[in-house]
Amino acid sequence: MPTTMTYREALRAAIVQEMDRDPDVFLMGEDIGKYKGTFRVTDGLFEKYAVDKKDWLVPPFNKNLQDGIGRRVVDTPITEPGFTGIAIGAAMVGLRPIIEMMTMSFSILALDQIINHAAKVHSMTGGQATVPLVVRGPGGAANQLSAQHSHSLEGWYAHCPGLKVVAPVTPEDAFGMLKTAVRDNNPVIFTENPGLYSMKGEVSDDPDFLVPFGKARIAREGKDLSLIAYSRMVNVSLLAAELLEKEGIDAEVVDVRSLLPLDTETIFQSVRKTNRAIVVYEDWRSGGFGAEIAARIGEECFDDLDAPVGRVGGLNVPMPYSRVLELQCIPNEQDVLDCVRKIG
Amino acid sequence: MAKQAKLELAASPADLERYYREMLLIRHFEEKCNHVYRTGKAGGYLHVYIGMEATAVGWVDALKLGWDYVIAAYRIHAFPLLMGTDPVACMAEIMGRSGGMSRGKGGSMHLYDIPNGFFGGWGIVGGHNPLGAGLAFAAKYRKEDRVTLCFLGDGAANAGVFFEALNMAGLWDLPVIFIIENNEYAMGTAIERHAADTELWKRGLPFGIKSERMDGMDVLKVRKKAKEIVDWVRKEQKPYVVEVMNYRFAGHGAADNDQTLYRELKSVDKQKETRDPIRLLEAYMRANKVMTDEKMEAIDAEIAEQVDEIYEKADASPHPEPHEVYDDVYTDMSPERGH
Repeated sequence: MPTTMTYREALRAAIVQEMDRDPDVFLMGEDIGKYKGTFRVTDGLFEKYAVDKKDWLVPPFNKNLQDGIGRRVVDTPITEPGFTGIAIGAAMVGLRPIIEMMTMSFSILALDQIINHAAKVHSMTGGQATVPLVVRGPGGAANQLSAQHSHSLEGWYAHCPGLKVVAPVTPEDAFGMLKTAVRDNNPVIFTENPGLYSMKGEVSDDPDFLVPFGKARIAREGKDLSLIAYSRMVNVSLLAAELLEKEGIDAEVVDVRSLLPLDTETIFQSVRKTNRAIVVYEDWRSGGFGAEIAARIGEECFDDLDAPVGRVGGLNVPMPYSRVLELQCIPNEQDVLDCVRKIG
Repeated sequence: MAKQAKLELAASPADLERYYREMLLIRHFEEKCNHVYRTGKAGGYLHVYIGMEATAVGWVDALKLGWDYVIAAYRIHAFPLLMGTDPVACMAEIMGRSGGMSRGKGGSMHLYDIPNGFFGGWGIVGGHNPLGAGLAFAAKYRKEDRVTLCFLGDGAANAGVFFEALNMAGLWDLPVIFIIENNEYAMGTAIERHAADTELWKRGLPFGIKSERMDGMDVLKVRKKAKEIVDWVRKEQKPYVVEVMNYRFAGHGAADNDQTLYRELKSVDKQKETRDPIRLLEAYMRANKVMTDEKMEAIDAEIAEQVDEIYEKADASPHPEPHEVYDDVYTDMSPERGH
């Protein structure tokens, strides 16, 4: 029986299932323990996974070898490069850390660790070592967090070989893909749009439920136009499709959900059916991952297209604080409709 | 009348000979690496350990090999040679051949021997320090009494991420020893020009980490001190910071072709005359009548020949096949192919 839960609860359920299944899985991040996580994804896990309950209030940690670290949910100092590096080192000897970036914007501090270290280990060691690491956290604009906390960086990460990058939109995909991420032996960037945390949906309660990477999902079937999106922009595209339906345009919505690996086949099949494509993404429009998808459609589906490939992306500005200006920056269903008219 | 008491040796004759052989192996291997580079059989960056041999030999001697972890930056050829790696695989990797430890994907700066506990092999100055703390974190998480040695240079001791790693190592009592090899130069910048406080051993103090400075050129001193510290860390399950005072006789890297930009060559000559770790051990063995000059010369010639053979075998290893370019990017899938 599927259960209805929020995206946030689905993430937590996935973490609990994987931590219960495998003692090598542990959590690390800023304010994820006693403070329950800035977006409350890890609420309750600090107490649940305190190995030594007597000692969980105050650092320093246990002194004796036999006490070990004493917990599996580790609050860190505010040092993204440092704790990301510690997670990489621990992963190289077989632990399976899930680290939380309080926002993906802060992962910029840890880019050297993620790109220069984690993504290179398997190749540089000639396959001797692996980094089963999950880097997860909110990516994209929330609500007036302004310029330094609103980045959509999945395109940066998807640019880098050695990483896998996923951006699920439904609670069930969040659940199934986070479990897949934890079991993956490669570093995975798992981005969660903050606007999704309270969205509800049905989630499988099968303990073996997994959503594989590299498989796009048809979120809505249609025959006239393909809207190709990931993360929260899938919901924006679905809204646009409803509006288009009233105008007699039957839009298909493709939820990419896995950027690296990318399921180009599902995208191409949709475009070959509808002969029109618009890519919708929240990241800055210029040079964002949507441009990559658009380029591939141009390369592989040129003869199938009845119109140029359209792109709807975030405005190319630092995110402003004003709610009015912020909403102007983030693509919405009206922007998608405008693009439909533009490509004709 | 001076007493003629028989001085006790600092190490058994067998150990002394082993240290001698290990340091000579590193010295000849590194000289061969320079030759390999000059003849165009290795490219990129190549950093030799000539002059610093006593540091690696003394520290690795204090470890339980196959159990403890070692991680270092990019001046690393000595470590796999000391930790059980096939030296031919080591030279082949430096030459980018398929017989290398990473089958030509790593090169001189990125040597790894994970089964033997050597974790590389990193080219971003300072960047590997939290990884070292992470190895120690994993050992502690699993309640294993492994000790991690994390080597870094004096240049890396200024990197922000090093301080982050020190903080968490101190906060969580991680069993890691940060060994700052102070060879006096961060590439071409002398320590007086790159560190506000040149006593780098103090880096651990603000984090409550036991810290000290020690000599790094006398292998017997290094070995004694290293053993004490490794045993302490294993027992106490706490971190340690050591500043090892050594000196790099060679340039920063094979491409450092004008050392006069940052140091006087006569001061290098003076260091070679007075502090060469191999000459120091020879003097000790000579004074204590552990080994004759003839035996030393014979060992030296034997190892020079051994290194020649290592080089010949490595040079016989083929270059990687073009299709291997897609191998080992991921554990379970191939990256996208083609330009």
